[in-house]
Amino acid sequence: MREIAYEDIVKAVKNMVLHTATNLPEDALKKLKEAHEKEKSPVAKKVLEQLLENAEIARTEKRPLCQDTGLAVYFVKLGQDVRITGGLLKDAINEGTEQGYIEGYLRASTCDCFTRENLKDVIGYNLPAIIHLDLVEGDKLEIAYAAKGGGSENVSRARVLAPAQGRDGVIEFVKSVISEAGPNPCPPIIVGVGIGGTFEKAAISSKYALFREAGEPHPDPAVAEFEKELLYELNKLGIGAMGMGGTETVLAVHVEKHPCHIASLPVSVNVQCHSSRHNHITL
Amino acid sequence: MSQVHYLKTPLTDEDVMNLKAGDIVYLSGVMFTARDAAHKRLVDLIENKEELPFQLDGAVIYFVGPTPPKPGEPIGSAGPTTSYRMDSYSPILIKHGLKGMIGKGKRNQDVKDACKKYKAVYFGATGGAGALLGKLIKEAEVIAYEELGPEAIRMIRVENFPVTVINDAYGNDLYEEGRAKYEVKD
Ligand code: SF4
Repeated sequence: MREIAYEDIVKAVKNMVLHTATNLPEDALKKLKEAHEKEKSPVAKKVLEQLLENAEIARTEKRPLCQDTGLAVYFVKLGQDVRITGGLLKDAINEGTEQGYIEGYLRASTCDCFTRENLKDVIGYNLPAIIHLDLVEGDKLEIAYAAKGGGSENVSRARVLAPAQGRDGVIEFVKSVISEAGPNPCPPIIVGVGIGGTFEKAAISSKYALFREAGEPHPDPAVAEFEKELLYELNKLGIGAMGMGGTETVLAVHVEKHPCHIASLPVSVNVQCHSSRHNHITL
Repeated sequence: MSQVHYLKTPLTDEDVMNLKAGDIVYLSGVMFTARDAAHKRLVDLIENKEELPFQLDGAVIYFVGPTPPKPGEPIGSAGPTTSYRMDSYSPILIKHGLKGMIGKGKRNQDVKDACKKYKAVYFGATGGAGALLGKLIKEAEVIAYEELGPEAIRMIRVENFPVTVINDAYGNDLYEEGRAKYEVKD
């Protein structure tokens, strides 16, 4: 059994939260630069220029990239040979999240669903974090984090299609979601698609898909081919940066596929805005 | 062709009528920040014929919920929030003198109609450019509803704040026009 101390997790999570708020990851930055080069619309090109400038200001002046510093979402892989000492893993992640959001002057954006009361003084500053936990082989603790903004979550959709709708049905559904979203999720966007499993499995897969390096193809060549096809189809929509019209709407499409029930074809589309604040640590 | 304008707030009818969807505008002067919760309160005040916390005549409202300011700074990161949440309130404010709104994302037909009828415009600012836009806000002061935190109404002073006209007072919509231009039909 390898031991990992509660306090070490808190500290590592806090530092990751702080760093991610002001530093756009390399993969997203690279994709934005490519889009800026390729964009044909002068208005959209200007927007992309602002986004690159924004990333530079955020990094050098340590200002949050976006005022929506998101809900904190984690995918955690806990090796079965690890024992956490001094407290619960979930508490450590929440505590690190809270400390990071307070120290970085980030926004507390969690509220009660109905009263809309901000929960910063009730549960904690920007708490609770959304934590997906998986038990895996080994003696490491891997924590992947995303600061997930509301604008792009609001346009995300899930639906269970009929098996007969097949591959074309999936393409049609994804296209309809992105088309309807238009300017609202701050394009250019990254699109996560979860296909198969059950209703909730598809939704979680579509979120997990967004944790991949932007533009890295799926290891299965057939799925990677499907990603390419979707990317091509979505960019035909002409939405462009901030929806003002343009050729570069989607920076990457990531698909995760899972076997499903003989009676159903679940699909979920989770949208990530250009401010793709992701990071991960391994302890 | 898209034109570039430099305008000072408050905006006049003439300012508004000179703007066309797709134009780029650099705004300077005083503006007010408000999101849905604050909008609801403003509309309630109007309906009860009570006094508003600021002059609506010619005003520009920026839909934003900034991050907390660091010590010594007027405001944190401050990019636009999605505007449709304000759609049910904006027409009433426009009727009572509001001339400009800044946000991101689509507006409904009621808002577009109100812009046409009462001469107002909806501007888009670059969503997610919070660090860049926050820097252009030189002063900020909470003037109402402090208890709403990021949603409180702030009076802000901006310098050359870059926005694009999405819905003008002639019924044009840049989101529709821009997209139609670049859409590839099968
Ligand atoms: S969608 Fe993303 S970039 Fe746009 S405001 Fe929300 S978090 Fe920021």
